Amino acid sequence: MPKLIINGAEIEVPDGITLIQACEMAGVEIPRFCYHERLSIAGNCRMCLVQVEGMPKPVASCAMGVNDLRPGRDGTPPTIYTDNEAVKKDREGVLEFLLVNHPLDCPICDQGGECDLQDQTMAYGFDAGRYADNKRAVEEKYLGPLIQTYMTRCIHCTRCVRFMTEVAGVEELGAIGRGEDMEITTYLEKGMMSELSGNVVDLCPVGALTSKPYAFVSRPWELSKVESTDVMDAVGSAIRVDSRDREVLRILPRINDAVNEEWISDKTRHVWDGLRTQRLDQPYLRKRGKLQPASWDEAFAAIAKKLDGLDGKRFAAIAGDLAALEEVYALKELTEALGSPHMDCRQDGAKLDPSLGRASYLFNSAIAGIDEADAILLVGTNPRIEAPIINARIRKRYKSGEGLVPIGVIGEEADLTYPYEYLGAGPETLGQIADGSHDFSKALKNAKKPLIVIGQGALARTEGAGVLALAAKAAEKIGALTDDWNGFSVLHTAAARTGALDLGFVPGKGGKDVGGILNAAEKGDIEVVYLLGADELEVDRLGEAFVIYQGSHGDRGAHRADVILPGAAYTEKDALYVNTEGRPQEGMRAIFPPGYAREDWTIIRALSGVLGKTLPFDSQSQLRAAMFAAHPHLAMLGQVSPAGTDALHSLAKTEGKLNKARFQSPIADFYLTNPIARASAIMANLSALHAGADPGATGTDG
Amino acid sequence: MLADKDRIFKNLYGLHDWGLKGAMSRGSWDGTKEILARGHEEVIEEVKSSGLRGRGGAGFPTGLKWSFMPKESDGRPNYLVINADESEPGTCKDREIMRHDPHLLIEGAMIASFAMRAHTAYIYIRGEFIRERERLQAAIDQAYEAKLIGKGNKNGWDFDLYLAHGAGAYICGEETALLESLEGKKGMPRLKPPFPANVGLYGAPTTVNNVESIAVVPDIMRRGATWFAALGKPNNTGTKLFCISGHVNEPCNVEEEMGVPLRELIDKHCGGVRGGWDNLLAVIPGGSSVPCLPADQCNDLDMDFDTLKELQTGLGTAAVIVMDKSTDIVRAIARISYFYKHESCGQCTPCREGTGWMWRVLERMAEGKAEKREIDMLFDVSRQVEGHTICALGDAAAWPVQGLIRHFRHVIEERIDQYAAKPIPASVPVAAE
Repeated sequence: MPKLIINGAEIEVPDGITLIQACEMAGVEIPRFCYHERLSIAGNCRMCLVQVEGMPKPVASCAMGVNDLRPGRDGTPPTIYTDNEAVKKDREGVLEFLLVNHPLDCPICDQGGECDLQDQTMAYGFDAGRYADNKRAVEEKYLGPLIQTYMTRCIHCTRCVRFMTEVAGVEELGAIGRGEDMEITTYLEKGMMSELSGNVVDLCPVGALTSKPYAFVSRPWELSKVESTDVMDAVGSAIRVDSRDREVLRILPRINDAVNEEWISDKTRHVWDGLRTQRLDQPYLRKRGKLQPASWDEAFAAIAKKLDGLDGKRFAAIAGDLAALEEVYALKELTEALGSPHMDCRQDGAKLDPSLGRASYLFNSAIAGIDEADAILLVGTNPRIEAPIINARIRKRYKSGEGLVPIGVIGEEADLTYPYEYLGAGPETLGQIADGSHDFSKALKNAKKPLIVIGQGALARTEGAGVLALAAKAAEKIGALTDDWNGFSVLHTAAARTGALDLGFVPGKGGKDVGGILNAAEKGDIEVVYLLGADELEVDRLGEAFVIYQGSHGDRGAHRADVILPGAAYTEKDALYVNTEGRPQEGMRAIFPPGYAREDWTIIRALSGVLGKTLPFDSQSQLRAAMFAAHPHLAMLGQVSPAGTDALHSLAKTEGKLNKARFQSPIADFYLTNPIARASAIMANLSALHAGADPGATGTDG
Repeated sequence: MLADKDRIFKNLYGLHDWGLKGAMSRGSWDGTKEILARGHEEVIEEVKSSGLRGRGGAGFPTGLKWSFMPKESDGRPNYLVINADESEPGTCKDREIMRHDPHLLIEGAMIASFAMRAHTAYIYIRGEFIRERERLQAAIDQAYEAKLIGKGNKNGWDFDLYLAHGAGAYICGEETALLESLEGKKGMPRLKPPFPANVGLYGAPTTVNNVESIAVVPDIMRRGATWFAALGKPNNTGTKLFCISGHVNEPCNVEEEMGVPLRELIDKHCGGVRGGWDNLLAVIPGGSSVPCLPADQCNDLDMDFDTLKELQTGLGTAAVIVMDKSTDIVRAIARISYFYKHESCGQCTPCREGTGWMWRVLERMAEGKAEKREIDMLFDVSRQVEGHTICALGDAAAWPVQGLIRHFRHVIEERIDQYAAKPIPASVPVAAE
């Protein structure tokens, strides 16, 4: 533990940190541009220069390790000054240089108001520049439909390059040219093929990289900012929703080290234009084969009429991928009150079953646990498109392990941005791991904290239960189930799934699952189907059934519906979600739902009144109180209640049927996985780009 | 004047055979085995007590540098890297060594590698040195063939020597940028610490030495440190290759004792300044990156590290650029400034932005199209670059400008006055007909 004297105050700091971190611990702010905690150290902006006694030159504090500092001759700890005249002059000098070729176009720059260069110039800069010659101009670059470049503003901090290379794992961004002529570019200007590319906009300390869809839309100080949780995948990234009036204008990441660190995927970030289009803003009724606008009373009356006297067993409910805990809980209560056991939340047919114990469907190691895993096996999953944030975390582990962490894949042989050993395509290979006959099982067995990630591609199949049991067996065999480490991790793709499983939104006694409900509807055994935002279904198979669709977007489910009940999207309601780790998190309302749309749980509560099965809560807090009473772990917001390993040990003892079909990721197109994304023009653009469409003008193609 | 018997570079002018046979006739590879038999520490001690200071420009004691290398391996190999990326304007000493006496370098590489417990050495040669690369490679092949180097060689220390060539970037002569380039990356200097002696080439302990520093080692070992230390002046020992260019009657490379008076160097070896000593305007004593000295400081000037440092300049690579009174000193320094602007790697802010700034102001000053207050501003900008960068290129760009302002401020001021008195008229618009 080295001791330092920073601006006269002595402080003891941990080994191995850098001087900039030590200064932060001492409560001293050091300005910086290129330094970023989660990227490698570049030391190129020179903004963080400090003075160290005994050193002839000022020292870049971001690059100087505290252990490299030598004490004074008389044994006094290294003495650092950050507030004297020399340092002040150094900072002024660096800022003056940065502004030499930086245009003073703040009034027309989208970064204005949240610009590091602007802020630091105000705080540390000199009042006027002395450079009188012409400034450099740099041609714009095409970086795809998300990122607008104004390369003249670039200060060459290389944060974007380091992010793409290190975190995103896509070496598509780099610097060409030397000296003043250095330019950041994608070389071929094809647009960046990464699911995380939007993060470079946040990282850019100036307005060189700005958000293309958000260009000239708003100033940061005009926005209301709400801290919320993302539902685009099962990761539950921490986000901040920025809105003005009744529109969400952008979504940014928040720091949550346990989940998304400070990255979010492009889908999470840019899905907001889908919140405006294809919206269901009032109830609809199908009359003479056509959906007609209706009032809430008419819609409820039509449902009540249909359900009047109907046997509860002829009613079924399916919860979709974006549903929050509140509405799932309310719908479950209502379905049970109607006397139906037919309900399911596993639209993709994944063979997950809460009766096997919570541990059987959670990402037990937790996302942060990936950092500790010393051998990783991916089974039937392509995390890069199912959960880009988790994929980036695995890549981080690969990098921190200096390539020594063995990573194996059973399933699709996709580009995951890190090298791995491809073991096989289907359950047979998993069987070899489970009985220890595969070469890779040795690597897993030697590991102290082996991790098996099981994707929905392995479970959403007829023999999924067998695969689940086999995976548990494999986990037991390689020693992934110990008292202090649970390396059996199920990776979900739907934000609603874990929560709905926690609530038990699965077939009751004699109930049918999604496949069964569709079959029964086709045959006419089930007459009424309630779709709670369920769109990832083969809606054609609903036969003659009377379909009630409650949701926010006019997607597949709404097209088939006989009654449409307009609900709120995730940015329009206070709601709880449980991520793949089993971590309950709160989403907050940023704007109001459009038109006559209502928060989802209130719709179900109102309908229950009309049906004469009034649910016992009149407010959200009463609903939550009832839900928490039944499922206490859901009340621990932001925290994971570990599920233990007992369930997995007993699961490992079971045998299930297996077939030989290869595992395939359930996600065909990362950008179009849910109704909001399918309504988004930006997502459609990205999807086309990644499918190989010509991006059009590149700006430099002549 | 250096006596012939004390010369190290006996074939500096290429009058004799450059090959192995010729080199051996001049004493190379004589008793190398016995030198190695004296042990690693002994060799380092000998070089230390010879007082040899690095010939690449900074003048850091070579023996001391070698002693930073780990004595016990932690599993990583030690490397010697020889910096033959001689790109400093005015400097052409290493080129002559590699052209005409390559075996001095190869034998020196062997001894130095042995001293630092390195079994592998790399020579990084400047991209433009095409013939030199061929010649040096041919010499390395000769040495391999004669079993002087390589695995299981006559001298008893397994040693491989590889020649890598750059692509002609000045910055790749900076030791850490050189290592980056050698590893196949973009030539950009690394942050220090860690220093190469801890984490160098491919992450292994590495020492980077100049060609001349290595080429003199065999003679030091053979003739003894006391012989070398007796030449020159205290703390500035030995012989040195001087490259004199510019306005002298016979520009040349010459080996001389350290501390040789500048006037002797120019008058005896170069046939004097063009138009006589009194026609001297200024001298850049150590390659383009050191500040110039005006004629009045040159009369009684000893060419060694410490004397020149006292005069706020440096010996650098000992590339003496002589300028007579016909020289437009402002334009000359502006051209040097352009060089540094062109060669800045662009990594860190002060150098990337500052070199261009300084060059643009100097270009205007060369015409007189500037204001007098800009002279002080320019000096201040050069101070803002100096010492604030990752590598020394920032310093190298700043020093010539500082030298100009320090000694020739009156020239700039006169130029500005002239321009103000009779400005060049702005071009008169002519109707397009």
